[in-house]
Amino acid sequence: MSTVTLTINGKEVTVPAGTTVLDAALGAGFFIPTFCHDPANPGYGGCRICVVEIKGARNMPASCVTAAANGMVVETDSPAVIEARRTILELMLANHPVDCMTCEKSGECKLQDYAFRYDVKSADFGGEKKDYPQDQSNPYISRDMNKCVLCGKCVRTCEQVEDRAVINFAYRGFKTKVAPALDASLAESACVSCSRCVSVCPVGALTYTSMAGKARVWETTREEKTCSWCEAGCLFDVVSKGGEVISVTAKAPGDGRPLCLKGRLGMELRHNSQPPAPMLKKDGEFVEVSWTEALGLDDIMDKLK
Amino acid sequence: MTNLQKSRSTIEEQYKAKQNRPRIVVGLGTCGIAAGGNKVMAAIKNEVASRGLDVDVDFTSCIGMCFAEPAVEIGLPGQASVVYGGIYPDKVGQLIDGHVVGKKPVTELAAIQITGGAEPFEGIPVMEQSGYYAKQVRSVTSRLGRTNPESIEDYIATGGYAGIEKAVAMERLDIINEVKKSGIRGRGGGGFPTGNKWQFVHDAVGDKKYIVCNADEGDPGAFMDRSVLEGDPHAVLEGMMIAGFAIGADEGVIYCRAEYPLAIKRLNLAIEEAEKMGLMGENILGTGFSFKIRIKAGAGAFVCGEETALLNSIEGQRGMPRVRPPFPAHKGLWQKPTCLNNVETFANIPFIIRNGGEWYAAMGTEKSKGSKVFCLTGKINNTGLCEVPMGITMGEILNDIAGGIKEGKKFKAVQSGGPSGGCLPTEKLDLPIDYDSLISAGAMMGSGGLVFMDETTCMVDVAKFFLNFTQLESCGKCTPCREGTKRLLETLIRITEGAGTAEDIPNLERLAKVIKSSALCALGQTAPNPVLTTLRYFRNEYEAHINDKKCPAGVCAALLSFSILKDKCIGCGVCLKACPVDAISGEKKAVHVIDPAKCVKCGACVPKCKFEAIVKA
Repeated sequence: MSTVTLTINGKEVTVPAGTTVLDAALGAGFFIPTFCHDPANPGYGGCRICVVEIKGARNMPASCVTAAANGMVVETDSPAVIEARRTILELMLANHPVDCMTCEKSGECKLQDYAFRYDVKSADFGGEKKDYPQDQSNPYISRDMNKCVLCGKCVRTCEQVEDRAVINFAYRGFKTKVAPALDASLAESACVSCSRCVSVCPVGALTYTSMAGKARVWETTREEKTCSWCEAGCLFDVVSKGGEVISVTAKAPGDGRPLCLKGRLGMELRHNSQPPAPMLKKDGEFVEVSWTEALGLDDIMDKLK
Repeated sequence: MTNLQKSRSTIEEQYKAKQNRPRIVVGLGTCGIAAGGNKVMAAIKNEVASRGLDVDVDFTSCIGMCFAEPAVEIGLPGQASVVYGGIYPDKVGQLIDGHVVGKKPVTELAAIQITGGAEPFEGIPVMEQSGYYAKQVRSVTSRLGRTNPESIEDYIATGGYAGIEKAVAMERLDIINEVKKSGIRGRGGGGFPTGNKWQFVHDAVGDKKYIVCNADEGDPGAFMDRSVLEGDPHAVLEGMMIAGFAIGADEGVIYCRAEYPLAIKRLNLAIEEAEKMGLMGENILGTGFSFKIRIKAGAGAFVCGEETALLNSIEGQRGMPRVRPPFPAHKGLWQKPTCLNNVETFANIPFIIRNGGEWYAAMGTEKSKGSKVFCLTGKINNTGLCEVPMGITMGEILNDIAGGIKEGKKFKAVQSGGPSGGCLPTEKLDLPIDYDSLISAGAMMGSGGLVFMDETTCMVDVAKFFLNFTQLESCGKCTPCREGTKRLLETLIRITEGAGTAEDIPNLERLAKVIKSSALCALGQTAPNPVLTTLRYFRNEYEAHINDKKCPAGVCAALLSFSILKDKCIGCGVCLKACPVDAISGEKKAVHVIDPAKCVKCGACVPKCKFEAIVKA
């Protein structure tokens, strides 16, 4: 395999050809923040938080979509880079509720982590903030678009599921937001509650309704479990607080057509001693159903009787 | 191939015969139609029919003098033809009486004359020497206002499709070399050398390649591409076909904004006619080369003029830019190698192939060859379309072609390159225009829209206008552009409303710098240019707004106050009646006063006062 050698922050680094500057830098032990970069779904380059300085380049390119090249001289922490990152964080915070005190994601939120790292307390632009109603129409997924940084990871992961692509960007400019078709609620959309979008959201925009108000992130322990309902083998976290299982959340999709509601509900029933009642959409409305119906076991149960 | 050669001589003869007939030609570009051209056309047809005159009535596109629309040209055999300006239906009778029946030009209505080798009429400027055209070259615009854009015969008779005829007999690389030799750079604004781009697409490996024409012209004040599409659609098609042959593509797409219905109509007609004559489709000119073109109407997003967003839009996706590389030359439409050029670039190609690259490179400056079409708008006497050699100065365009600033006011700035460009002040009027000089001045060539502003324009307000535009048109993909332009705009609004603070200027500069260096696409990277150039050249205006709470140009309503001069007011009461909010009071023959609490600063009173007693400050 051919390799390229570049210099990152003065250190010579050799990586396989085709490696991104981001991966080359991370591999060499340097830190670069990312919001929109999804290793399973690369090539987007939208959030710009991962910009670096490359000698000779006209602008600061996003390291997640820039291929490392021979002789490239990269700076990941130069004053210009830091200024750009700080400004981008300021811009994000200026259009964000900054309600970390009550946010479910507090403790595992990239925006919070990077704001801490780059010492961005708040933004002094003092302008308009987006003000969308919360979408709680889906019983499993809470959507708060006021916290969304428009990284588009949810859009891209949803697109990976054939026949889905439920959400996409809507509107333009400052009014841009992620929405189902016709800006409908999630419940009205073709969403099948697989939670792929929740599993990739770097901030508090997409969270599990089942987790709401139950625990701070640092109070929980997580045990990774592989779902065995089908051969895809998706990963779930069994989330506990004080020794009690409180929820099961999706960790990452497996191969094939990964992550599904049935799998997550099955894991919930298996591991959670007090699982919330399952809900399925019937005639356009979510209604409470039995566990056997939720898991598609009615006919099997009939035969077992 | 012989087919076209055979029919060409017949077509040329017919065209010559047409020129030797008495004829009235109406300008029916969008500008002519907007000015009432269709009504003029109806009035002329009516007049000709009712008088039983032996005269042909035809139409053409915009000759460039949009300020003179509706324009009508009258030509008699063996004589110079005369282009008349401002011909509304009520003047049609006079024109026909004088020039068609009386056989003498109506000098007082004439704008220019086109001699065509005949003796010029006295008292009418000859086109090439007239104020508007003397400094122009007419190359890519040579058919505009001269031929019927809906007639393929007119196109062929004026050298049309001779470029593709010549090209298909050439080696592909020779065609590309000819384009390289011409030195032509992308006319859409980026200025990338066209020949190099063609080479990349030629060299790219792919089982299928595409030609895409960017006709998504969207800068405020820009209508070059529309004019070319409406006036010479076949030239664009021919340019695309030559490119297709050179790089090995058999399919082309024209992405044209839906707001250009006439351009789309004429393009469709041109495609149909070209197909009928075997100039497009399968086995063109018997050479085995096949090429077809379709039109994709864009829904009107400015960002879709960015090449990768445009490709997404053709594919049915949201118009959001892709990251580059990969460039469209390697992974373009449907991930296939794609040659993407702008309308004006493609329209230049047939001329370059026919006349040779050296002919083209003889015009222009060292690094910017050829001619460029500009649209002249704003506070000038002659608004319209012009084609000039690269290297001409902005001052020549302003004073010689555009006829200077209207109403004897003073020039203040010119915005070049639309929302991505910048405002250049008087000091830059002697700047020779080319791609690089404009960039070093903080502006850019852009597609070629020039908006001239006079002394009554507030430069902070101008920056606000453009930022409002880019903010609304930002696709929302990258943070610096989506969020950053909003904050720039909000700051500018604050300043124009008198709420600016000392930190605003450094904050604008800091934010603008980050947006420029970190945004994803050219729209975002250039969005701060209007702010940066107005700060660079008109900083004092920002400071006046912020420190003195004054708008020097008297534009920003929040910073204006209206008052009545005691020694000039005679108490006539006219202003009092003109005020829509009853803010003015005063007895008859006594000095009037304006109540600032009620005044909405509409300025309606100012022009009403015959004694210049009302002042705006």
